[in-house]
Amino acid sequence: MMKWETVIGLEVHTQLATKSKIFSGSSTAFGAAPNTQASAVDIALPGVLPVLNKGAVECAIKFGLAIGANLNRINVFDRKNYFYPDLPKGYQISQLAKPIVEGGALTVAVDGVEKTIHLTRAHMEEDAGKSLHEDFHGMTGIDLNRAGTPLLEIVSEPEMRSSAEAVAYARALHTLVTWIGICDGNMQEGSFRVDANVSVRPVGQAEFGTRREIKNLNSFRFLQQAIDYEVRWQIETLEDGGRIEQATVLFDPDTGETRMMRSKEDAHDYRYFPDPDLLPVKLDEDWIEAVRAALPELPAAMQARFQRDYGVSPYDAAVLTGSRALADYFETAAQACGQGKLAANWVMGELAAALNKAELDISASPVSAAQLGALIARIQDGTLSGKLARQVFEGLWEGAGEVDAIIEARGLKQMSDSGELEKIIDEVLAANQKSVEEFRSGKEKAFNALVGQVMKASRGKANPAQVNELLKAKLQN
Amino acid sequence: MSLTPDDVKRIARLARIETSDAEAQATQAQLNSIFDLIATMQAVDTAGIAPMAHAQEVYQRLRDDAVTETDRHAAFQAIAPAVENGLYLVPKVIE
Repeated sequence: MMKWETVIGLEVHTQLATKSKIFSGSSTAFGAAPNTQASAVDIALPGVLPVLNKGAVECAIKFGLAIGANLNRINVFDRKNYFYPDLPKGYQISQLAKPIVEGGALTVAVDGVEKTIHLTRAHMEEDAGKSLHEDFHGMTGIDLNRAGTPLLEIVSEPEMRSSAEAVAYARALHTLVTWIGICDGNMQEGSFRVDANVSVRPVGQAEFGTRREIKNLNSFRFLQQAIDYEVRWQIETLEDGGRIEQATVLFDPDTGETRMMRSKEDAHDYRYFPDPDLLPVKLDEDWIEAVRAALPELPAAMQARFQRDYGVSPYDAAVLTGSRALADYFETAAQACGQGKLAANWVMGELAAALNKAELDISASPVSAAQLGALIARIQDGTLSGKLARQVFEGLWEGAGEVDAIIEARGLKQMSDSGELEKIIDEVLAANQKSVEEFRSGKEKAFNALVGQVMKASRGKANPAQVNELLKAKLQN
Repeated sequence: MSLTPDDVKRIARLARIETSDAEAQATQAQLNSIFDLIATMQAVDTAGIAPMAHAQEVYQRLRDDAVTETDRHAAFQAIAPAVENGLYLVPKVIE
């Protein structure tokens, strides 16, 4: 049987987090009543002219700097011509020949293997309005609130070889654009929309196969499902002797299948040309340097620093830098307790599980980073065992107060008085003569049973390491 | 380069302009004379000269990112052929 290789490139439309539209002073706030945020420019009344939003250009500069791309000091807006009722001008203002950002790269990790994905370009453009196909007496309703919303379309090279790599890249991109604050990342509201170009070729073949483009994927799960389905479909079609026609397809989440939207035959001829209403955009060096100076520490740099400063693994560092809020939380907790590795375990373990269960984001955590740090410090100084710490954590989660107050109020202090512990051990040994004899006759397992009994008798407050030590000493007598 | 009648029909279709054969023929001649003009310009030696995206060598002025527009949809929709619930209504389009 023939072996196939998958080739994927992604085009991501990110909605830029500006207050106003790219070419007008209309608000970009989501969810307003239809057409209440559509000015004369947005609805293309005759005679209006676009005026470029400095904030949108600055977002694009930030992105270019963050991925180490080339910023075109002179970049140009073009008209992309097509007819659709939610595009009132009859053309979309975009950038074709001279985009603001070219090149750059993102490094992603899949199953512990790092891979660098190169970017082709990123260009500024305006979004279209929305068509509502519900029944308005057989007509279509048009809402132009979204028309003119600034977008940065980010195009990757076709360098991904599996749906897992595509998802890893899309996630890394999502993290980055929200990290540097140029996009709110809200996928439900369409702030981050992914198109996937997918093709397959026999392993070893140099040329790419014919690609089909899956449009408008608005979740990472759908991205994975759509690519997996599309790849299976293309391989089956080819193995059955068929051919792949270049086409645009849509993913149906209900069936898990892709279906053709339009074939190449009716592919649009956009007749791009430079928009005479807009002059070329010039980026001066002072502006670029000011933007560079204001950039936060980026995820990749922070990952390296977390490994270096806190001794966490590369995998943990990647998880902890999944968002800026998470990274800040971890760092605050780690500094509060001076125990990076332990803080990482708590943030990714107990805390993540509790947040997940309550469907809360890290920014809404009932347990603050400082509180978690204080809790970990009490594990470190021997006041709490891991088990007792989890009980204190529950108290913090419920809002029962600060760490030391909860330990005091609930009597959760780990037993540190060895005299008290010895008394318990003596009692346990007396009551479990059978286990003692088994241990002395060479059964190691019996020792663990005794440890368990001691822990139980101390109601979990004994220090397990201390129990081990004292118990061993007593049994060897 | 000269355009064929089919090229003219295609350009007209892309621009959603209905053309009769007679109009297409007349337009073909006009468009071809424009192409002749382009050919004349392209004959000029421009080696080593950077292409310009605009006729003037000036750059785009930028506006600050601030909301300056107010809701005027009632005025705009007063001249629209059909509206409902604040939406403009157009003949049904499903791609």
